[in-house]
Amino acid sequence: MSAAAPLETRAAPIAARAGIAVPGLIFGILAALPAGALLAPENYLLALGTRIMTFAIAAVALDLIVGYGALVSFGHAAFIGLGAYAVGILAAHGIGELLVALPTALAASVLFALATGAVSLRTRGVYFIMITLAFGQMIFFTASSLAPYGGDDGLTIASRNTLFGLPIFKDPRALYYIVLAALAGTFFLCRAVVGSRFGRVLRGAKENATRMATLGFQVYRFQLVAYALSGALCGLAGFLLANANDFVSPAYMSWQRSGELIIMVLLGGIGTLYGAIIGAAVYLLIAEFLSQWTEYWQVIFGPFLVLVVLFGRGGLVGLFSHHG
Amino acid sequence: MSSLLFVQILNGLQLGVLLFLIAAGLTLVFGVMDLINLAHGVQYMLGAYLAVTFYGLTGSFLAALVLALAATLAFALALELLVFRQLYARDHLDHVMATFGVILFVDQGVKLVWGAAPLSLPVPELLSGSVTLMGGLLYPVWRLVIIGSGLAVAVGLYVLVGHTRVGMLVRAGATNAPLVSALGVNINRLFMLVFGFGAMLAGFAGVMIAPILSVEPGMGDAILILAFVVIVIGGIGSIRGAFVAALMIGLVDTLGRSFAVDVLRLFMGPSPARTVGPALASMLIYVLMAIVLTLRPAGLFPAAGR
Repeated sequence: MSAAAPLETRAAPIAARAGIAVPGLIFGILAALPAGALLAPENYLLALGTRIMTFAIAAVALDLIVGYGALVSFGHAAFIGLGAYAVGILAAHGIGELLVALPTALAASVLFALATGAVSLRTRGVYFIMITLAFGQMIFFTASSLAPYGGDDGLTIASRNTLFGLPIFKDPRALYYIVLAALAGTFFLCRAVVGSRFGRVLRGAKENATRMATLGFQVYRFQLVAYALSGALCGLAGFLLANANDFVSPAYMSWQRSGELIIMVLLGGIGTLYGAIIGAAVYLLIAEFLSQWTEYWQVIFGPFLVLVVLFGRGGLVGLFSHHG
Repeated sequence: MSSLLFVQILNGLQLGVLLFLIAAGLTLVFGVMDLINLAHGVQYMLGAYLAVTFYGLTGSFLAALVLALAATLAFALALELLVFRQLYARDHLDHVMATFGVILFVDQGVKLVWGAAPLSLPVPELLSGSVTLMGGLLYPVWRLVIIGSGLAVAVGLYVLVGHTRVGMLVRAGATNAPLVSALGVNINRLFMLVFGFGAMLAGFAGVMIAPILSVEPGMGDAILILAFVVIVIGGIGSIRGAFVAALMIGLVDTLGRSFAVDVLRLFMGPSPARTVGPALASMLIYVLMAIVLTLRPAGLFPAAGR
């Protein structure tokens, strides 16, 4: 990897400054947010923050493969749904133990990612986008026709997961900090992956898959592992979402949700990981405030997205960093 | 049973030609401009809504059809000028985000203008009857009209794309747009033409289906996903592929939904069959797509040069 060294060092100063300062700022704000309860009703603030962080986990996971692997998945909401349904279906059978539900959620996501990824990764570009969309729709329709578990209407979860019988998700503040910890864990895990040899192969394949193959790397395997990891983290997000909402429904995995995840990644700034957190926060906050203001908020939000694409290249992160 | 099968085959063909009308424009825009247009479905929706409005004003279905087509064309050209023209040179992710924004805007805009409640359009009186099929089953004439008009459009497109000068430019553009531009063709005008024409076809599909379906916000989103499945199976940029795949998807989806439970009952009890059947039926076309892409990663009829 010595050939890559000069490039790395040239990019290092900017990346290093933004790479420490911005995530530090983000997590600082998130950790202090519950203290801001003086400004807004506390439970509302905590619920909104929890929701933002849950989707931020999924967005970071998506950025891992979109931003560093050029694998644009248009079906990532399926993994959120799988994680959420794992909680819901187990709860419907009276199993509320976290140590059962969480591994089930993760295993379901990983298995689905390996099975669909094995097929999807044979295709490229637009075809990859469309085939992941198709697999997402498959899971969506499967959930819609799960009559014993609510079908289209979804499934109410009677009680949140417990750890050895301890109701750790019950207190909204505790839930908030658990989700924050999960987000931090996801972020630093993805960052470590990106910086590792594995991540370099992934980025190398993004630039030029043929070159990496010529260098002797089995690109397909690296991409499949990255896809599975990304899917598992979205499964984690789904697990948390089900616990926060006490409810799961097929709407969690509609293609619009997958589209929203892509937009969160793009809005914040692709290929930075922390940009995905900013994107998720901005997307959900704008949606929240506009929808309080008018029922027809999407009439404003839609053109806003178009304007960001046309004039804000590189997303919100791009507006603040200097690329010369 | 056999006449029921025949009716369902007709229904499948009707869904197929409808999908073809939408997919034809989508695959052209995809093939020529390399643009992922998630907002193609809104043209279909607008076609239906505009037809309802113009029918209310004129009282004539034919006038409503013509006016709705003109209006969808005008809307598409305005959209092309304002938004899409800026997107051609961007990557697919930008396409997804911008056209997603357009969907949000138009879906809500439709609610704002026409309200959220479903509207309906009457079938033209002359064509509102039914014909008797074999076995004494009645079949609505209007559905046959849809099938007929869809096939007519398919033939027209075949001639237009395959045997005219404009069609030659479109095919050349799908193969190598920069080269066509370098040869002195006004590529912007060609792009605008293709985009407008594709949108008008989707609008036409919307007008034709409005007497059968309820006209409601978001009606374009569900059909759009099916149209994407069609163009991916058919091979992006290929009209012929879109035609074959559209009929295939229409038939597989319709027949799957009608007979999945019956077929499954041959293998399992009636109760599990009733649970598994509908799920399997709605998954069928996606399974088909996965199989096709596994065997032929660029679809059934990959356009040359891609």
